[in-house]
Amino acid sequence: MIINGTEIEETFAEAFGMSATRIIITAIDTKWARIAGETMTGFATSVIGCGVEAGIEAELSPEQTPDGRHGVSVLLFAMSGKALEKQLETRAGQCVLTCPTTALFAGMQGEKQIPLGKNLRFFGDGYQISKQIGASRYWRVPVMDGEFLCEEQVARTSAVGGGNFLVLAEQQQQALTACEKAIAEMRKLPNVIMPFPGGIVRSGSKVGSKYKSLMASTNDAYCPTLRGLVNSKLDQEIGAVLEIVINGLTDDDVRQATRIGISAVCELGAAAGIKRISAGNYGGKLGQFHFHLREVMA
Amino acid sequence: MSMPTLKLRNAINRRIDMSSFIPELIGSKSADEIARIPLWYGNRQVETGELFEINDSTSETLLIHSDSNKLDRIGANMAGGSIFVEGNAGAYLGCAMRSGVIKVTGDTGLAAGCAMRAGELTIDGNAGDFLGGALTGERQGMRGGRILVKGNAGDRAGDLMRRGTILIAGDSGDYCASRMVAGTIVVAGQCGRHTGTAMHRGTLITSDKPASLPATFNSNGTHSLSFLSLLKKQLASMADLSAISEIGTEVERWVGDLSCDGKGEILIWQR
Repeated sequence: MIINGTEIEETFAEAFGMSATRIIITAIDTKWARIAGETMTGFATSVIGCGVEAGIEAELSPEQTPDGRHGVSVLLFAMSGKALEKQLETRAGQCVLTCPTTALFAGMQGEKQIPLGKNLRFFGDGYQISKQIGASRYWRVPVMDGEFLCEEQVARTSAVGGGNFLVLAEQQQQALTACEKAIAEMRKLPNVIMPFPGGIVRSGSKVGSKYKSLMASTNDAYCPTLRGLVNSKLDQEIGAVLEIVINGLTDDDVRQATRIGISAVCELGAAAGIKRISAGNYGGKLGQFHFHLREVMA
Repeated sequence: MSMPTLKLRNAINRRIDMSSFIPELIGSKSADEIARIPLWYGNRQVETGELFEINDSTSETLLIHSDSNKLDRIGANMAGGSIFVEGNAGAYLGCAMRSGVIKVTGDTGLAAGCAMRAGELTIDGNAGDFLGGALTGERQGMRGGRILVKGNAGDRAGDLMRRGTILIAGDSGDYCASRMVAGTIVVAGQCGRHTGTAMHRGTLITSDKPASLPATFNSNGTHSLSFLSLLKKQLASMADLSAISEIGTEVERWVGDLSCDGKGEILIWQR
């Protein structure tokens, strides 16, 4: 399959089942809501080292938030409900509770619930106030700029993490430009995040390492500086490879984001130095979700 | 499940315990069976048919026509369904109800919604004393659910209230929110004297400063509280009152009662 001169390889992205939740952070204005969201989702690129993968899903207008202020919605993904619970509580406590003017709300409903303000309330040292409003319970925690309002719990759901595609270009700048264009389009979609810096990964990894203590190491087959040294998948015309990793609430969300992202890259096409689109997998043995690129783009 | 219609045959001069007439108890009964249900009428028991005209209906709501304020315990311990009282109700309306909906077009007597746990109670007229209060001897009053009074409430509204929401569109009497443990009371009109006496926790929101507050309440200043924007949405879903639209997030806050923990709050919204 060739789109605008760019080859779509006959391969697939391999993704995993994860546990996810959505929270809504509001603040006095978009600037502070975004600061809280960015702080909370910092150091959340990969579960391997960060415990959780997280990102800002969207900016919300006052009409879209529970308290009628500006806000952002944040998606968090972890390998288990327990890990998600721990990371959510830590990050909410250190990054949202501490951020001026913020409030924190559940962004999804469901049967499986995890604590949001349930334990953060104890920061109030006995002066916290519970308010049952409608079907939800909220905590009002006294803080130095007034009150931190936080919903007691939020639902979690099963989700998909690790969808991906690789952009193989002649030059580093060309790969970066293409990926930036893809990310700009993908960020318009609901239910997905691209958790790496700017949504783009340069250090794609393979499972295992020559060093026993490492569970993952550089994806040598796609490193241009290792061409001729290892079993490289790069021919002479490829000068740089960048990867976009996608986490979504459902496999359809990941599939849709993959299609939108690759389409954006292919709009630039071979004329802009984009030679091939590939994907990362582990032979199909580890992840239960397979996204075959040519099926996705058909 | 179709429900019957009950209508008093004559004016009564003794009180009647109506707690037998809740949807889950009479929903499966015919009009004849209902007519034979024994009722306490003062200090003697009579058959329902002696006091009430009973008609079958296709409605799923139990309809009670009453111009008497002596029909006590309507909807007591109710666990579902709905009751519509066309006229007035007596004391203990919806007492300890656990679910369902009760609507009264007239006034109610003492202790409406007392010990209520969940469900919705709407009173178009005025409510008596101890609205949402506690059963005698119990340490906690209303423990959940929502009460709307479109008229005025008597003294000690929300006494010992533990959870839930009470919205009073008119005025409340003296000792509103007395001994309150938690929950939310909104009074769109004026609160009487001694408001918040012995209040442990909980929130009373009102449009004007109460007629008097205990000396054990302290001014806490003016604040912008974002939970009020959420509460306003809930209140708007309970009743279409112009007063609710006036509620902003800016309030004058009083805290107390310092004679007993002092973690209650009285919020006076800024117009």
